[in-house]
Amino acid sequence: MRFVFKTDYNQDIKLLKHGGYWWSYGVLLAVMIAAPYLVGSYLQSQMVFVFIYAIVGVALIILTGFTGQASLGHAAFLAIGAYTAGFMQSKGIPFIVYFPAAAIITGAVGAMVGFPALRLSGIYLVIATIAFAFIVEEILARWESVTHGNEGMRVRTIDLLGQPIPRDGDAFYFLCLLVLVGSILLALNLLRSPTGRAFIAIRDSETAGKSMGIDLAGYKVKSFAISAALTGMAGVLFAHKMSFISPEMFTLLLSIEFIMVIIIGGAFGVHGAVLGAIFIVMVDPFLTALKDDVPVLGASLASSLGMSPEGAGKLRETMSSIGSAAGLKGAIYGLIIMMFILFEPYGLYGRWLKVKLFFQLFPLYKKATFKRQKTYVKSERNR
Amino acid sequence: MLDFIQQLVSGIALGCVYGLIALGFVLIYKATEVVNFAQGDLMMLGGFFVFTFIGLVGLDYWLGFLFAVCGMAVFGMATERILIRPILGYPQFSIVMATIGLGYFLRSVAGMIWGTDDLKIETPFSTGVLKLGDLVIAHDKLSVIVATVILCVVLYAFFNYTRLGTAMRATSENMLAAYYMGIPVKRVVSLIWAISAAVAATAGVLLAPITFIHSNVGLALGLKAFPAAVLGGFGSIPGALIGGLIIGVIETLAGFYLPQGWKDVAPYVVLLIVLLVRPHGLFGPSMRKKV
Repeated sequence: MRFVFKTDYNQDIKLLKHGGYWWSYGVLLAVMIAAPYLVGSYLQSQMVFVFIYAIVGVALIILTGFTGQASLGHAAFLAIGAYTAGFMQSKGIPFIVYFPAAAIITGAVGAMVGFPALRLSGIYLVIATIAFAFIVEEILARWESVTHGNEGMRVRTIDLLGQPIPRDGDAFYFLCLLVLVGSILLALNLLRSPTGRAFIAIRDSETAGKSMGIDLAGYKVKSFAISAALTGMAGVLFAHKMSFISPEMFTLLLSIEFIMVIIIGGAFGVHGAVLGAIFIVMVDPFLTALKDDVPVLGASLASSLGMSPEGAGKLRETMSSIGSAAGLKGAIYGLIIMMFILFEPYGLYGRWLKVKLFFQLFPLYKKATFKRQKTYVKSERNR
Repeated sequence: MLDFIQQLVSGIALGCVYGLIALGFVLIYKATEVVNFAQGDLMMLGGFFVFTFIGLVGLDYWLGFLFAVCGMAVFGMATERILIRPILGYPQFSIVMATIGLGYFLRSVAGMIWGTDDLKIETPFSTGVLKLGDLVIAHDKLSVIVATVILCVVLYAFFNYTRLGTAMRATSENMLAAYYMGIPVKRVVSLIWAISAAVAATAGVLLAPITFIHSNVGLALGLKAFPAAVLGGFGSIPGALIGGLIIGVIETLAGFYLPQGWKDVAPYVVLLIVLLVRPHGLFGPSMRKKV
């Protein structure tokens, strides 16, 4: 077991706490860089979606996990980023200009949404962000001179300084990886800075934070702006990956999916964003497998266990009809959300930490370490 | 002018629909400070229950109505027991997410069981209109208005004048203190979910002739009822009705007088403006802790 002996205050805020981090994250990065040459094109494309979702997840963790401001409107920020890219590209503006421009515009919109957030809290904030997302969706559908309305909009291949980056090529994969690593570093560095500590203070107690001289208004707006800007960047990548965008792609359901990313991953650390994104994106291939492979597998298993061929055939029929039922995806999503909130509120990353701690402390691990405190005195109306 | 009044009346009818669903939100919020995003889906489920009892089993309308409401009350209690009680006391946002998950789940499962077609039932209110001079109000809409008003009055009286209602208000104010005063908090929370699900079922049954029964009807209406509840200031029963009326009237008038597209956005624009001016809604308490 490793024991990190701290001799310096700066050790508390080091990005890489000890030598082991170099190894584990170095290997992870090397695998990520080697991945396009190892996996098939389908998996590579799924990984690009994982990266895009993870960028949004990081953005949401900054806002929800660190600052404690809930948002169900992030699909709208993604849409603003995507449409900025689409519109500016059609006007002949190069990628290196419209990529940061999308981030700045989305960040500015995010700051504008942040202002009402100064007065709202809890459920009222959630509603306000939902209302904002609806309004953005409707504007996208109606502002036809810019967005082409409900017909949608084609987004051409990225042209980076004369080099085309096709949406299913290796270069696009590396671009997304680069943006993801960049946003993770941004989030981690933010946490080490006074700004990040102010965010966390606001999350833990607004009253205490204010008493310590933290400018609530400024930091809340900053948090919204940073989160929105990151989501806007993800939106640019999303638009290019899809190569076609239309308003009905950016609905409330997408916002809920983004929130699921951080709930499943765990909202208290940046790892959670990546783990949650992997989980959410891989639900689709899993469902396909459920539809195609599992019935065959089940039937062959049943017949090898001595079931009659007709019985096995019938079993296969039933299983595939369950697997291809229309609303299965929604039901599974719903179940996943409920199960995680009931049984693993810290998400996948929390589970990882628990397993790690179990082995570190081997015979001494106790469940109560991670027990959450319940607070029953909680009328929001008097808070 | 007649156009305007006719639009106003249909706006009020629509507003009562929203108000009826918003009532369910408000009830649960009032007693437990939990926001139930699955309220619209409970309503949808109530509609399917009544379809099963009337359309499939062949019961009388009123008997089917009663069965559906009772069935949903039991369902609401079960939901509270299984999903809400273990996480009560944790941050509000995780409870909100749990109910969103519940909504997802109910929608999909209802779609799997009852199919995705629009279903219809025969009710005593399906046909017929009430004529007041030149004004025309269909019976199905009238039934919604009347039911909403009755439910509002009954629930308002229940919360303000009965022992159980007082216990519920005490629970919402401070769970721990209510416990010390001998209020069985867990049972109170269970009951409030039962009542709320029953109200949702009532809404579902009354809406069946108007919107038909469909697995997505809850999501669409629920998302409109939400601003209604917020506008009224989440914890207030008359507020839910008035918020619903405001949203309904604005939506109908915007659809009639403003260019296309405003109909769906106008309620949300109004909501944002109201929240900016009064962060706790029109009838919510304006207390705010200052540092």
